[in-house]
Amino acid sequence: MSIFDDELQQLKEKILKMGSLVEDAIKNSIHALVNRDNTLAVKVIDNDKIVNMLDVEIDEESIRLIALRQPKASDLRFITTAMKITTDLERMGDLAVNIAERALELNEEPLLKPYIDIPKMRAIAQGMTRDALDAFVRKDKQLATDVIMRDDEVDDLRDAILRELAFFMVQDPTTVTRAMKITFIAQYLERIADHATNLAEMVIYLIEGKIIRHTFPHAEKQ
Amino acid sequence: MEVQIVAETVELEVRRLDFSYAGNIHALKKINLSVYKNSVTALIGPSGCGKTTMLRCFNRMHDLYPGNKYEGEIMFQGKNILADGTDHINLRSRIGMVFQKPTPFPMSIFDNIAYGLKLKGITKRSNLSEKVERALHHSALWDEVKDKLHASAYELSGGQQQRLVIARALAVNPEVLLFDEPTSALDPISTAKIEELTETLKKEVTIVIVTHNMQQAARISDWTGFLMLGELIEYDRTDKIFTAPSEKLTEDYVTGRFG
Repeated sequence: MSIFDDELQQLKEKILKMGSLVEDAIKNSIHALVNRDNTLAVKVIDNDKIVNMLDVEIDEESIRLIALRQPKASDLRFITTAMKITTDLERMGDLAVNIAERALELNEEPLLKPYIDIPKMRAIAQGMTRDALDAFVRKDKQLATDVIMRDDEVDDLRDAILRELAFFMVQDPTTVTRAMKITFIAQYLERIADHATNLAEMVIYLIEGKIIRHTFPHAEKQ
Repeated sequence: MEVQIVAETVELEVRRLDFSYAGNIHALKKINLSVYKNSVTALIGPSGCGKTTMLRCFNRMHDLYPGNKYEGEIMFQGKNILADGTDHINLRSRIGMVFQKPTPFPMSIFDNIAYGLKLKGITKRSNLSEKVERALHHSALWDEVKDKLHASAYELSGGQQQRLVIARALAVNPEVLLFDEPTSALDPISTAKIEELTETLKKEVTIVIVTHNMQQAARISDWTGFLMLGELIEYDRTDKIFTAPSEKLTEDYVTGRFG
C-alpha cells in the first residue's frame, strides 16, 4: 500500500470516528430526554467538542492532500466527499446538542405526555445516519438510495408530532412552553435526517461521479 | 446555470488506425478517435503506450524512416492523409510539430520564422516582416525579442526557444499543431507560459499534445485520450477523465495505482 493510500485510509477512519460520535450523540440526546437523564444530556454537549475538532482535522487533512497529492478520479471524489460529509456531520452534532439542551430544560418540568413518536423519529434518523456511513464505507449505492427514500418517513412523523402538540397548546395554554420545546426537538430530528440524506447523496457521488442532489422526487416536497 | 452548447467540428478523424514499425512491432491497434477543431487534445499513457507514435501519424513523420506501415484512415478536411500520394511537405506545414527539445535553426530569430515563409514563396521584405511579427505576437514572444530580431536564436533561453519554434510553426498558418512533450525540458515558469499559450493558440489552431505530465494534460486539454499497449482505452472530455473515468484502467492510471 502506498503512502497516499495510507493517508486516504486514515482520513476515512477519522470520518467514521466522527460519524460514530454523531450517531451516539443523536441516540443519547433523545435518551436523555425520554429517560430524563441530565448527566447524559451534559455528556452529549461536552462530546460535541470532539466532533468539532474532528471536523477541523478532516478539513485540514483533505486540503493538505489536495495540495500535495493532486488527487484524481475516485481519490478526488473521495477527498471532496470527505470535506462535504464532515460539514454535514458537524451540523448533525450541533443539532444533537440542541436536543440535549432542550432535554435539560424539559427535564426540569413535569412531563407533558409520554414520548412515543419522538423516539421513533430518532430511530429512523439515527438508522439513516448509520446506513449512510455504512454505504460510504462499503460503497453501497443501493443502501445510500434506501437512506434517501427513508427521509419521507421522518417528515411524516414530524408533521404528526406538530399536529398533536398544536392540539395540546390550543387546549391548555400552560403547555405552550413545553410543547414548543418538543416541537423544536421534532424539527431538529427532521433536520438531522435531511443531513443524513445529504450524506447518502454524497456517497452516490463518490461511487458514480454523478451529483444527484435536488433530483430525487422527495426534494420537490421540501 | 447556463449551459453552453457548442457544436463540435471534427478536425482529424482517426478510423481504425493500425501502425507497425519496421520489424513488425505493432505499435497502434485499431484506434478510433475524433480530434475536435479549436480544442486541445491530450494523449496520455505509460511509456511505450503509443502516444508519440500516434502523434507522428498525424503528419506522416514515420515516413522519414523506411519499413513503417499504416493501416486505416486519418481524415483531414475530407482527405485521408494516410493515402498514397499525400504531399508530406505540404501536410507538415498544415499540421506542424513542436518537439520536446527546442529545435531552433542556427540563424537569427527573424530568419528562423521567415524560413518557412520563404519556402512558401513569400520573399517581399515588408510582407515577411509583418508575418514574422504576427507569429511572434501569437507565440507571446514579441515583447521579449522585438529589439533583437537579428540576434542568433541560440541566444534565447530554452523556454524562449520553444516559443520561437511555435512561432515558426505558426508563421505558415497551420490548421493543427502537434506538441510532443513540449515542456519536459523547460523550467516551471517557461512551462506555465507555454501552457497559457495553448489557451490562446487554440482559438486559431487545433492542438494535439503528448505529455507525461498528467497535471499538464488536466490543466490545458479539453479532451484526453488514454492509451495503453497501443490501444486507446478511453477517450473523453478531460474533466470526465480526471474526475470520473469510465474505465478501470484509466482510473488506475490517473490515480497512480498503475502496475
